[in-house]
Amino acid sequence: MDGNAPDFAAASRAALADPQLRGNFRRAMDGLMSKRAAQFADAGEWTGVRALAASVRLRALSKLPELLEKLEETCTRNGITVHWAATTDEANAIALDILHRVDAKLVVKGKSMVTEEMHLNAVLEKDGIEVLESDLGEYIVQLDGTMPSHIIMPAIHLNTKQIAHLFKRKIKDAESREDAAYLTDLARRVLRAKFQAADVGMSGVNAAVAETGTLCLIENEGNGRMCTTVPPVHIAFMGLEKVVEKLEDVPPVISLLPRSATGQPITTYVNMISGPRKDGEKDGPREVHLVILDNGRSSIYADPELRDTLRCIRCGACMNHCPVYTKVGGHAYEAPYPGPIGKILVPQIEGLAKRGAMPHACTMCNACVEICPVKIPIVEIMGRLRVEAVKPGGAVKDGGAKASRTEAMVWSGWAAMNASPTAYRVATLAMSKLGNAAPSSLPLLKEWTNVRTKPRFAGRTLHDLARAKGVPDV
Amino acid sequence: MSDARSSILTKLRATRDAHPLPPPASDFAPIEAKRWPPEERLPRIRRLMEAVHTEFIDATEADWPVVLREFLAREGVESLLYAPATEAGKRLVEGWESAANPTLIPYDRPLEDLKPQLFESIEAGFTTTRGAIAETGSLILWPTAEEPRTLSLVPHIHIALLRTDALYDTFLQAMREQGWAQAMPTNVLLVSGPSKTADIEQTLAYGVHGPKRLVVLVVHP
Ligand code: SF4
Repeated sequence: MDGNAPDFAAASRAALADPQLRGNFRRAMDGLMSKRAAQFADAGEWTGVRALAASVRLRALSKLPELLEKLEETCTRNGITVHWAATTDEANAIALDILHRVDAKLVVKGKSMVTEEMHLNAVLEKDGIEVLESDLGEYIVQLDGTMPSHIIMPAIHLNTKQIAHLFKRKIKDAESREDAAYLTDLARRVLRAKFQAADVGMSGVNAAVAETGTLCLIENEGNGRMCTTVPPVHIAFMGLEKVVEKLEDVPPVISLLPRSATGQPITTYVNMISGPRKDGEKDGPREVHLVILDNGRSSIYADPELRDTLRCIRCGACMNHCPVYTKVGGHAYEAPYPGPIGKILVPQIEGLAKRGAMPHACTMCNACVEICPVKIPIVEIMGRLRVEAVKPGGAVKDGGAKASRTEAMVWSGWAAMNASPTAYRVATLAMSKLGNAAPSSLPLLKEWTNVRTKPRFAGRTLHDLARAKGVPDV
Repeated sequence: MSDARSSILTKLRATRDAHPLPPPASDFAPIEAKRWPPEERLPRIRRLMEAVHTEFIDATEADWPVVLREFLAREGVESLLYAPATEAGKRLVEGWESAANPTLIPYDRPLEDLKPQLFESIEAGFTTTRGAIAETGSLILWPTAEEPRTLSLVPHIHIALLRTDALYDTFLQAMREQGWAQAMPTNVLLVSGPSKTADIEQTLAYGVHGPKRLVVLVVHP
């Protein structure tokens, strides 16, 4: 592991040792899973709309360069200024340029995963610009000085008591009250003053429509509307895969996203922006900018198998259903996107040298694939990344970076054992007779037993049992 | 950054052409199949929206301004922002001047001139709608030069006038029948309740940034 690379194993160990954190996640994820299931009780409807949404995303990818050009053309016609950024540095520079030109001192932001990817807040703060996250969850995380632990519910790792404590420390005149309604109202008061005073509002984009030059944004709180309506300038950031071909392609995506994410039939607001304030209109920003970011996406697009990663609509359902994510929580990944989608997206963006451990944090149980509303073959892509991590010459950045002589030896030993009936028999017999005698403190076994019950080996091997039932051995 | 533009597009085009992806057909039938008998649409909208704390009041074409005035008086609302140039705005002011009514504030200036008042003192905002959607319980808001966006966003109470002749089964159907793709305005919105959040330990709290209350004034024929 190189010096700067996040250490997933160490971070997971710390998370597993924190019962408070595990409890917070367990409760939240159980609730989200059952709410989602209730939304898709009609299996026929789920199958049909899911196939439709997957086709919408695939069709967009099949025409990606043309649709991005068309989006630029329609947005420009509508008065939106379109910018292109190959890297996060370029995207940050574009943002800073606009901010300097309008002499911005205060920025309010709606939730945007792309800006997390860009570390935009740190860049702006370094430049002396105050930047305030306005989604309540993001605001909490920002006050706490940490990063979001879930793409839909950024502060899911904290409970009410912890948030009350944080607000008391950080917000002037805050009372010490562990009450969600009071805390929400407190944040409302602080943020309303900021919306009113902000020079620039920033947002992400859930879908950008090439046909009409429309930016769609969905949210529950109204902060997204505030950021895109009240300040005189609005800057929207999107990954280049967010484009859809037609306006009619939006309803299938909107139908699945909130239902998959939080189990709501729809979010409180579906906001569709097609330009800055026109002559005669009394509100809305006077300038709207769209920053289209690549940051490795065009390389993902280049590989026909990995391309499916770009279908993602960022609903977060795969996280909610992932047995690994629900145990270790989002922070263990130390990445802008945690959970199953993070495990395939982040290594492709940041390279396998830094992120080669992420695809291993998976039991291959397929739960994420079963619930993904756009049918991304996450587990297959995960397998591909595991191979590329140890084998140079593949499509992903830093392929082969995780090649290990010991691992290669272990696997060739494993293959040899399975290829020789005698070796196999000796090994399985040894496990069934001696396995239970092994103390849980043994290296390797300890990793498992620290946070789980020790597995019990059956007294007889499967082959034994089968033979006893009269199944001929081979 | 036009360099970025051409290098991104060139790469996407070259790699896509090397490994073409045939565009799949999109079958919209599963959404088109979502239908409710006309008489069930409004009750469904109401049920779904009430489940997320939306309030409903019923009126007729003849009496809705009076019904609204009485509601505001009952709730102790002291100021109402409205759009004076719209048909509904003109109807609203007729007969308003009796002393007991809340103060009517016309949205007749750019936002910049109204901001402090809008954020600090105005209690309610009144808008029309372009209909509602039965599948999800959503109002369609179509802000215009006469009826600005912040009317439905900043005041603590948003009152939305809904005529029952524009109820749709789905978002897709509304979009198609109203011909949205031909002429999108600066902003279109679906609104399905008052502002809410569950960011603090999954506990639902209403009125986080937008309106704390959403009141639908249903105008029956
Ligand atoms: S991979 Fe699928 S389930 Fe996960 S966030 Fe993306 S769309 Fe949702």
